[in-house]
Amino acid sequence: MIKVPFTKAKEEESTVEAVVREPVSTELPKDVPAEMPDPAVEVNNFSLWYGDFQAVTDVSIKFPRKKITAVIGPSGCGKSTLLRGINRMNELIGGVRTQGNVLLEGTDIYADTVDPVEVRRRVGMVFQKPNPFPRSIRDNILFGARVNGYQADEDELVEAALRGAALWDEVNHDLKQSGLALSGGQQQRLCIARAIAVSPEVLLMDEPCSALDPIATLKIEDLMRELAKDYTIIIVTHNMQQAARVSDFTAFMLSDDTARGKLIEFGPTTDLFTNPTDERTEAYITGRFG
Amino acid sequence: MAEDTGTLGRSAPVFKASMQWRRLKSHFFVVLGLLSVLPGIVALLVLLVDVIVQGSGWLDWQFFTSFDSRFPERAGIKAALFGTLYMMVFTMLLAVPIGVMTAIYLEEYAGDNWFTQFIQVNIANLAGVPSIVYGLLGLQVFVRMMEMGRSVLAGSCTMALLILPIIIVASREAIRAVPPSMREASFALGASKWETVRHHVLPYALPGMLTGAILAAARAIGETAPLITIGALTFVPFLPEHPLDRFTVLPIQIFNWVSRAQSEFHHLAAAGIIVLLVVLIILNSVAIYLRQRLRTRY
Ligand SMILES: Nc1ncnc2c1ncn2[C@@H]1O[C@H](COP(=O)(O)OP(=O)(O)OP(=O)(O)O)[C@@H](O)[C@H]1O
Ligand SMILES: [Mg+2]
Repeated sequence: MIKVPFTKAKEEESTVEAVVREPVSTELPKDVPAEMPDPAVEVNNFSLWYGDFQAVTDVSIKFPRKKITAVIGPSGCGKSTLLRGINRMNELIGGVRTQGNVLLEGTDIYADTVDPVEVRRRVGMVFQKPNPFPRSIRDNILFGARVNGYQADEDELVEAALRGAALWDEVNHDLKQSGLALSGGQQQRLCIARAIAVSPEVLLMDEPCSALDPIATLKIEDLMRELAKDYTIIIVTHNMQQAARVSDFTAFMLSDDTARGKLIEFGPTTDLFTNPTDERTEAYITGRFG
Repeated sequence: MAEDTGTLGRSAPVFKASMQWRRLKSHFFVVLGLLSVLPGIVALLVLLVDVIVQGSGWLDWQFFTSFDSRFPERAGIKAALFGTLYMMVFTMLLAVPIGVMTAIYLEEYAGDNWFTQFIQVNIANLAGVPSIVYGLLGLQVFVRMMEMGRSVLAGSCTMALLILPIIIVASREAIRAVPPSMREASFALGASKWETVRHHVLPYALPGMLTGAILAAARAIGETAPLITIGALTFVPFLPEHPLDRFTVLPIQIFNWVSRAQSEFHHLAAAGIIVLLVVLIILNSVAIYLRQRLRTRY
């Protein structure tokens, strides 16, 4: 069923041929087409509780490598919670419990042997409100690199990250100015630059444009298309047009009386928007609720 | 509900309160507020004027460079001023690191369990313990058991205990004021807990912690009872040169002069009070300045 053998982290590649690998889940969800590229992130039967409150229920989803996947759904349906489950940010809140697993390049990030600090370097995150550090632009970019033991040239890294986030031309005249002195859109791109400076494999974006004006939003969307050449991107958005414009795949989540934070439908964005299989998906994207 | 919203559309016969009466009430409370502020200000002014009238004539170079003496015209505040400075340096060296680290532990590392709650209740209680009790504790523990004698060091240890709760509470508040979004940004980049605390939480909280530490220092400088209890001297014709030397401090020196019979000593006391007030005003201004900078920088 899966044509492409599971590509694991590079050092293990040589063993792939020798071992007949058994994929963790042998069955793809029925609405996912067979030609779907191999996943960089695989969420298996994932549930999450805040104390006694279950926010995500039994979600299984495979995020395709170097594609943009949009997660949509009504407010409070658990999109952010799912996203933060992929870089173990939820653990910073006390009383959070999870079930199921999340595979990053085939390795369960919830395994006992895995340090969440390492997970978060490999899975970057951009937040809803731009949150640059009250430091210089340069220090904003270098902080993550430094704590993760970056050894090479710092100036090069700063330039590469800022170029990668399409911000270089606007700020290169003064990299010492405070990150807070930038406009909202620039701040958000600085946050993206900061995130890619630690060479993550996956970028999580939680409503990255909701605090921005339409022009800044379009800039970020262009940037995302550019970044998707190198990174697997998962974006939560409330904006249907944005999901349709920018994403390759879309996941629709919903909470109802039976369970909170369920995955209702997942598939290529064009299919999901033009021909949803679930009537609740159709109701949501046509604006009948949520 | 539907009817309520309906009235909003109509032009206002339901709003009957007289504007004039409401304005009058506002004025009334402004006046009441002013009246309540007055006693404090007047009392302070009277005190200040009295002290300045009595003491300013005695504030000369000789006053700052002389030790205490039986002859008022030869007596000065040198020993007390240096004693206070000396004691405060050790007090802060002891109290600030311990207080800040306690705050970091409680805010960042300690879980929410019975043990942390026990610590918190104790810190809150310590802040309310009368200062003389600290003096008794210092006398027993530092002066006698640890054999520091009635020294600068014993005084510093006692004062450090006294202001520790203030520093801990202020530092915790400063840490709590760090925006969660900044922590998240740091963690999301793969920073560890300590890296996040070291590079983001502490720098952000630093002005707040400093403010707390300075206000605590101001409190300690004015404290008299605990030092009298541990037996700081009232007559010190020398500068302490060693942490284990005996010493006196400003409020004790003032207390000493006030209790003398000759009226010249009362002028000396007034001059001493002016010095103490100036030190306190400087400290408080620095604290206010730092707090202001904290607000504008972020
Ligand atoms: N720290 C928390 N503690 C307890 N409950 C939480 C916490 N964070 C979120 N929740 C709850 O979990 C559910 C899902 O929240 P989540 O933030 O994931 O929703 P969302 O889909 O991102 O919503 P929105 O679109 O409004 O951002 C909500 O009911 C919310 O109240
Ligand atoms: Mg959300």
